[in-house]
Amino acid sequence: MNYHPFILPFSLGAIFLFAVISFKFILWIRNLDRKQRYFVNKNIFSFKTISAFWEVIREALIHRNIYKKNPLLGYMHMSLAFGWFLLIVVGKIESSLYAGTFFEEPWLAIFFKYFAKEQHEFFGAAFFSFAMDFLLLIVLSGVFLAVIKRFISKFVGIKKATKHNKFDRIALASLWWIFPLRLLAESSTAAISGNGDFLTGSVGTLLKAIPVEALELPLWWAYSSVLCIFFVSLPFSRYMHIPTEIVLVFLRKWGATIGEQYSGLTDIQINSCSRCGICIDACQLNFAASINNVQSVYFIRDTRYGNLTDNVANNCLMCGRCVEACPVGLELTLVRQQLRNKAEIPGKHYFDYSQAKTIKDKTDVIYFAGCMTHLTPTIIIAMKKIFNEAGIRFWFMDEDKGLCCGRPMRQQGYIQQSKDLISKNMRLIASSGAKLLVTSCPICYKSFTEEYVLDIPVMHHSEYIKTLIDNKSLKLNKTDLSIVFHDPCELGRGSGIYEQPRDILKQVGELRKCSLEREEALCCGGSLANTVIELETQIKIRNHALEVLTESKPEVLATACPLCKKSFIHGNKAKVMDIAEIVAENIILQTKIKTLTKQSMHLTKDLKTKIN
Amino acid sequence: MNNKNVIIIGGGPAGIEAAFNLANNDISVTLFEKESQPGGNVKNWAKLFPDFGDASVVRKELTDKLKHNNIKFLANTKIDNLKWENNNWVAITDKDEKHTADIALLATGFEVFDARRKEELGYGIYDNVITSVDFEEMYKTGKILTTEGKIPERIAFLNCVGSRDEKVGNHYCSRVCCITAVKQAIEFKELVPQAQAYCFYMDMRMAGQFYEELYRKSQEEFGVNYIRGRISEAAVTMDKRIQIKAEDTLSALPMKITVDILVLMVGIESSESTLKLSTDNNIVGPYGFAKSKSLFGKDNYSEKKGLFLAGTCKRPLTLPETIADGRSAAIEIINYLRLLDEELGI
Amino acid sequence: MKNWGFNISKPRAIDFDTADTSEYSKIIEKVPSAQRCLMCGACAATCSASNHIDFNFRNCHLKYRRGQFEGLAEEFDKCMLCGKCKLVCPRGVNTRAVIYNMRIFLNDLNYKNIE
Repeated sequence: MNYHPFILPFSLGAIFLFAVISFKFILWIRNLDRKQRYFVNKNIFSFKTISAFWEVIREALIHRNIYKKNPLLGYMHMSLAFGWFLLIVVGKIESSLYAGTFFEEPWLAIFFKYFAKEQHEFFGAAFFSFAMDFLLLIVLSGVFLAVIKRFISKFVGIKKATKHNKFDRIALASLWWIFPLRLLAESSTAAISGNGDFLTGSVGTLLKAIPVEALELPLWWAYSSVLCIFFVSLPFSRYMHIPTEIVLVFLRKWGATIGEQYSGLTDIQINSCSRCGICIDACQLNFAASINNVQSVYFIRDTRYGNLTDNVANNCLMCGRCVEACPVGLELTLVRQQLRNKAEIPGKHYFDYSQAKTIKDKTDVIYFAGCMTHLTPTIIIAMKKIFNEAGIRFWFMDEDKGLCCGRPMRQQGYIQQSKDLISKNMRLIASSGAKLLVTSCPICYKSFTEEYVLDIPVMHHSEYIKTLIDNKSLKLNKTDLSIVFHDPCELGRGSGIYEQPRDILKQVGELRKCSLEREEALCCGGSLANTVIELETQIKIRNHALEVLTESKPEVLATACPLCKKSFIHGNKAKVMDIAEIVAENIILQTKIKTLTKQSMHLTKDLKTKIN
Repeated sequence: MNNKNVIIIGGGPAGIEAAFNLANNDISVTLFEKESQPGGNVKNWAKLFPDFGDASVVRKELTDKLKHNNIKFLANTKIDNLKWENNNWVAITDKDEKHTADIALLATGFEVFDARRKEELGYGIYDNVITSVDFEEMYKTGKILTTEGKIPERIAFLNCVGSRDEKVGNHYCSRVCCITAVKQAIEFKELVPQAQAYCFYMDMRMAGQFYEELYRKSQEEFGVNYIRGRISEAAVTMDKRIQIKAEDTLSALPMKITVDILVLMVGIESSESTLKLSTDNNIVGPYGFAKSKSLFGKDNYSEKKGLFLAGTCKRPLTLPETIADGRSAAIEIINYLRLLDEELGI
Repeated sequence: MKNWGFNISKPRAIDFDTADTSEYSKIIEKVPSAQRCLMCGACAATCSASNHIDFNFRNCHLKYRRGQFEGLAEEFDKCMLCGKCKLVCPRGVNTRAVIYNMRIFLNDLNYKNIE
């Protein structure tokens, strides 16, 4: 039997790792919520599983997403992950061929060079020998880059590297040593037995200069021990993301998403975070306000180790920039929202003060301005004008007494309260008999579309105006007004509405581009979701965003959210207008009488000048 | 010193007063005014607090001083650029004319806050929401009427619009609005005695001679109502009246009140020219006002050699203070020039 | 004891010697801008909830500051956290954060996952 006591640390470590990971995975999968289980059961035997396999190869091994962000960083991850994976697979084939059976000692592949010292005669021995050296070289290049990254993170395009905890440091240090030690151990055996290839062989030749016989066994011991340390620390370090991410990919492909309450999927997402720190670079709190201990990576880390503070949980704009940037595709804002959840008091109801009134006059469209829109009356006036010009019968739901849509409550973790608001509003909406709900506030819009159960469609006013233009209910003047559009977080990243506002603005004026827009758009800083930062910080975020938005010196900065308008207007950088205002200002009045009177006025003027 | 010359930017009270005092000391002065008439913001006022003095009289007194032989007054001349060049101050006008002088005096004054920036208060949106400046304009006609031509039954004044407001970025108190609200409330009650006047305030700041007395008089003789609460938003009713939401903080209850006219007491902000010229010369202080060298000893000096400051380009000031500051700047310039001569041994 | 048909109620005065004003310092630690409040009432005027019911954030804030906690937890339950008050505050107080933290401090039940 190919045995030496030095395989013991490796083997015990591997068994421990396997046991801990299995335990965790079983626990998490048992804790999936009802909706998540439903999706898993529904899709487990479908093509989605195959496409998940493909994605695992693409993302967990080749790291295509990171590669797209930064090729060097992508190569680093790929060389380590894919390189190591191939090293295991190719090594296993090599050792099986060598032993002539598939069921050789499981550690043989890992310590192959030590046990297979004599001339190999199995099929392809020379190829395998070369391939293993080549793969080791690839992995070593990845380790080399990783070490450089730790010390100079700018080199691989990351501005801020994450701060590590002690498990991470242990795991990281052992990871760095695994492959150099493997190289040295294999090379020392190669020096003695001459079974090395281009890499181990040449390093072996160099090692002959020292008493290599005395070093061979200690090196193999060290290699095995370092592997053991890595395996034992892995489940408690950030490297837990390697196995967990694979589970996440499958769950995601099957359709499981983060729900309202903490579940097994939340644990899986939390453990899938590799702490790469890409979210830190994406976060405006970091680059515009120099707050750098609250970003998603730290939030996830603190949650995982059970030391999340409300300061970290609440210090987030929930703008979703990190979600767009995350290479693992974690639902970071939703996880954060779950962690803000407060205890519920069973049976308790809130906001009893509001009685849902029934509406006598049935209307076609409900207009819900939203709380904030009442502080930007020009938006309301513009919307009224648009409805009237398009000849739409509408009911202004929150004209004098409105309830909040419930989303601000929910973002702060008050689910029970939020649901009470939602049910009250839903009853009111249903009683109106309308066929469409239009709102001016992206926060309300997001709430209506995702948290309400309505049997009528919901539109943000930018969508609605677009349909009015498309069905020729509204005609607009084309002017030479230069406009830059600011994507509100909840409308853009939150609801995926990017095109409609732009289409409208293109019909009214000259729409200019800005360097960060659509998915990359900046938050105005006025977000309600953050209860930690103060006005001073908000102003820093706003001013930075304004700098970016007014790069092209537009005459008007257009937005589609009352909160964004309120934030930007006091920055005094450009005229700030809501998209509804711009439209209302440029409607061509369709009433024929009006055009006729205008014409007759011109005629009389002409006559007068002629007579004179 | 009679070969020395000074350029003064801004033909308001501070600029004119400084020009006149310099001219009286045989210094030739060139005074630039961007508008067609001198007088600055005094032009907008009908009567002045605290004694209801006629603003046009004060303005005439000031403009008469411009007739001095040593003063060259250039109206309709905006200074786009002011810089120190070859040991001289050079002012370049919007018509690209160059004027050089030994000394430059910045008297570019203030502008009132653009109330449209506080959209929730309805200025520029609802007809019957006006500013304190609009009120003066209307008062000059001898009538205070709604846009429908109706005699108002109720009027409300709201203090601190654009001042003491961190949202608009102005943390400071403009100092003149409280007393102006008292003055305008009295003026209104004199015109329409049967109407009610409400004044919404955060603090009534009556720190000036006879201010407190005027405040008392408005209560005692004119029955002006003072409500401690800031108006959060205004809306329009069907009959074009203005509905106001505020909290009556002293009774701790929210209140709604419908008025015919809402007057916003707009605060003092640094003027466009003040901001531009002080930024160019690196003497800009907080909120875009020009920064003086020291509040006590060298308040008319800037950090730039030979560049002096007078009036509300530095901070909100009342009219008497502004005129006095113009005079003070003149004295400082004279002293400075004398010292310069002594140094050169002339 | 003889029942006289009436009893003497406690005087309605804030006793600054015994009032617990230390609780407020916890709020200030979380939301320093709370100190800047000058009680202008713009928040209470604009409040979406006060359109429906007697709720006065400014007054609740002041009561909390003075250590008068009685009934405050129920009062805060009326707030919908819509954030309108934050937008109108002239002193830039993060009123929404003030009310959020006061709710949490008044009711430890609110803690579930955090801390």
